[in-house]
Amino acid sequence: MLEPDIQQNNGSEGLAVYDVPYMTRTRDLYRAQGYEQDYRWAHFEDTPFTELKKPLSESRIAVITTAMPDTETGRSQRQVYSSNCDPIPESLYTDELSWDKKATHTKDVASFLPLNQLNQLKAAGRIASIAEQFHSVPTDYSQRNTMEKDGPDILKRCQEDNVDIALLVPL
Amino acid sequence: MSLIARHLEANGIPTVIIGSAIDIVEHCSVPRYLHTDFPLGNPCGKPYDREMQLDITTQALDLLENASATNTTERTKHIWSENNEWRGNYSKVADSNREHLRLKGEKRRAQQTEIKASGESRAPMIS
Repeated sequence: MLEPDIQQNNGSEGLAVYDVPYMTRTRDLYRAQGYEQDYRWAHFEDTPFTELKKPLSESRIAVITTAMPDTETGRSQRQVYSSNCDPIPESLYTDELSWDKKATHTKDVASFLPLNQLNQLKAAGRIASIAEQFHSVPTDYSQRNTMEKDGPDILKRCQEDNVDIALLVPL
Repeated sequence: MSLIARHLEANGIPTVIIGSAIDIVEHCSVPRYLHTDFPLGNPCGKPYDREMQLDITTQALDLLENASATNTTERTKHIWSENNEWRGNYSKVADSNREHLRLKGEKRRAQQTEIKASGESRAPMIS
């Protein structure tokens, strides 16, 4: 049976295809685990917007992921990390993230960190360059941590890398 | 991640997100979002499907270039499979796992108490 607040997927036929209501599912999961207070997802009425300052073909891009480095430190300490884009890491640490561990896997890094794809697009002239390092940002129960610590930290790293645009990929 | 995108955008760096949780991203409200309607974990395309992965990243760059207003969402054309059971299975709470989840919550709260006692202030989202 479908949840009452599902968002119907455009173009779908019947009820087999619908957008999974993750906020509702998470709320129900938290409740089932005995948490008395529902998690409040970040919500804003206004949204910033910045136009591209130069064509994509002249732009330098940053890549940001929620996966952590697959190192002893990355596996044990949740914080912002910067890792080299070249060579592309063969694995990243994703065990603590809320992805669908029954339906899929994260063994292919390119399925969630598009460095291979961006290298091809750079070779084709679609973008000018890729920042030397990509950044890992931890998902955090505390939105304050993300807004007051990680956001400014990532911005600083992007500015130091002289990037023009950013591609963000949460798992 | 939506909060990070908003922060970068507010400080002059145009952003695009590729993700698979459209309700969460749109609830937060972000400048540009490309939705891949897949189980969480592979927003850039199915594992080892290089053609699909390139297509999705290409679409994200196109969106970055072409969006003329904020809150622009697009969907990729790709489908995960003809079988849609994954949609109903994710984080399912049912009588069959209710006791397991209750115990998991108890264990997690004990861990959180330990983490707090150690001075660590960061707690991941639960799964």
